[in-house]
Amino acid sequence: MALDATQVDQKALFDWLCRMGDNALILGHRTSEWCGHGPVLEEDIALANTALDLIGHTQMWLGLAGEVEGAGRTADNLAYLRDAMQFRNVKLVELPNGDIGQTIMREFLFDAFHFEMLTALVASADARVAEIAAKALKEVAYQFDRSSDLVVRLGDGTAESHDRMQAALEHFWPYTGEMFVADAVDEAMAQAGIAPALSEIESRWDTLVSETLAEATLVCPERRADVHTGGKQGRHTEHLGYILAEMQFLQRAYPGAEW
Amino acid sequence: MYAQMIKSEKSNETPEELAAFQARIDRGERIEPKEWMPEGYRKTLIRQIGQHAHSEIVGQLPEGNWVTRAPTLERKAILLAKVQDEAGHGLYLYSACETLGVSRDELFEKLHSGAMKYSSIFNYPTLTWADMGAVGWLVDGAAIMNQVPLQRTSYGPYARAMIRICKEESFHQRQGYSVMMKMAQGTEAQKAMAQDALNRFWYPALMMFGPSDAESVHSEQNMAWKIKINSNDELRQRFVNETVPQAHYLGLTVPDENLKFNEETGNWDFSQPDWTEFFEVLKGNGPCNEERLGARRKAWDDGEWFRDGLSAYAEKSAARRAAVAAE
Repeated sequence: MALDATQVDQKALFDWLCRMGDNALILGHRTSEWCGHGPVLEEDIALANTALDLIGHTQMWLGLAGEVEGAGRTADNLAYLRDAMQFRNVKLVELPNGDIGQTIMREFLFDAFHFEMLTALVASADARVAEIAAKALKEVAYQFDRSSDLVVRLGDGTAESHDRMQAALEHFWPYTGEMFVADAVDEAMAQAGIAPALSEIESRWDTLVSETLAEATLVCPERRADVHTGGKQGRHTEHLGYILAEMQFLQRAYPGAEW
Repeated sequence: MYAQMIKSEKSNETPEELAAFQARIDRGERIEPKEWMPEGYRKTLIRQIGQHAHSEIVGQLPEGNWVTRAPTLERKAILLAKVQDEAGHGLYLYSACETLGVSRDELFEKLHSGAMKYSSIFNYPTLTWADMGAVGWLVDGAAIMNQVPLQRTSYGPYARAMIRICKEESFHQRQGYSVMMKMAQGTEAQKAMAQDALNRFWYPALMMFGPSDAESVHSEQNMAWKIKINSNDELRQRFVNETVPQAHYLGLTVPDENLKFNEETGNWDFSQPDWTEFFEVLKGNGPCNEERLGARRKAWDDGEWFRDGLSAYAEKSAARRAAVAAE
């Protein structure tokens, strides 16, 4: 039974909104690193477009987070002036891009989660959340179509592309569990009907991912050890600090300037 | 960028064929892909359109250089959209080339081997965020100046691609000017960055129109064929006339002591860029030639397995479909 959404712990809601926003921001950042370096022109366009969509989602999620926090922080303040320990993204999205196969595989693993999450959030008890989810879902549905299609094509392509995709899958697999490990924030959101229970998303993710991997002739690793957690609570990999050093450079070097 | 250094081909067509072709162009008819055209016309177009396409692709790099460091989410989104547009322009232009019988892969090969050029402007580095303003304002501004007349060029696919491209480029120029405006009205440090960006990009932007008409290797033939519509000097003057008041509005100083409004001609008189530098950059000796071409070569080489994988899948699924159909 969902509680009244207005009764929910605002601090937990803020935290949860930062998770949504930070996942989009950091994956958008990683994706944007490909600008001009793609393996084929259509990929340059698609990668820039994906990054653009994710930055758009970031603006919406972090904008709402700032509103909920009520301390006058804007989406830009949150993106550019928090340090790593205040970032709430999962570790999966901050890992380096690797080759284009790894980039596509990571995107696929996250897109499947993102797609299921947003699909559920369209029915959120919080109308503001539902509205953002509905807008973002249109783009993420397309992103998932694209990344899953590429996983299939590359998995079932040449021996080399198959091996690279299998290696990419094994590389990222241990990081996927964090998306589904619920903590007090996730439980509070689920109880308030703002967000779905992560266990529900996990089973749908399993289905989506295993179907695609089977079609791609890739072998799903046995089970996840879920050792790479902590990102959602602000304990990240070493990589995030470098992302922020780059991303936040101008805001940090010229405090208060307008751009 | 575009119309630099285009040489005309000698062709062996009969005078009657050439005259009939010229008459079509003079009547303002558009030449379409499968219609007869002189070999020189075809080759010149491939060079010009291909060079323009390459410029769009290489042009992603100096701006991509600041995407991850864009100072706000909105600026990041705008910059991403702009770089994406450029890749899109590359796509239209390579497609226009394909209608002339040359594949995108062949053109890439020529870019990577150095047999084909791209605009010299992209061999200059983008050193501060203000450069994102200067590139949009000056570089895209100069590109528009070149491309607007090409919407009336005689080759149909090129002219149509140019119509779409010009719409997006004018948005790019406005966003560049808006970045410059913010910087010029900002803190002292931001103003200094804006002025420095103008100082560094002014002459390279003037070079984008190609050498002075007196020295230009462009032929009257290209003008007659309406592949080239205006002379380099004409376009350069037009650009200076438009840009100088914009710089003044920003409160920035154009780095040219000889810049002066000429009441008699109604034009701004200005200094020529250093053409020795231009030819050096064109030869591959500019500040970023190696990085830019190196980045494109690396992207292509690293992507080989990806492209092969997709091709292999396409062949397999075609074979599977054929097998199903045969049952």
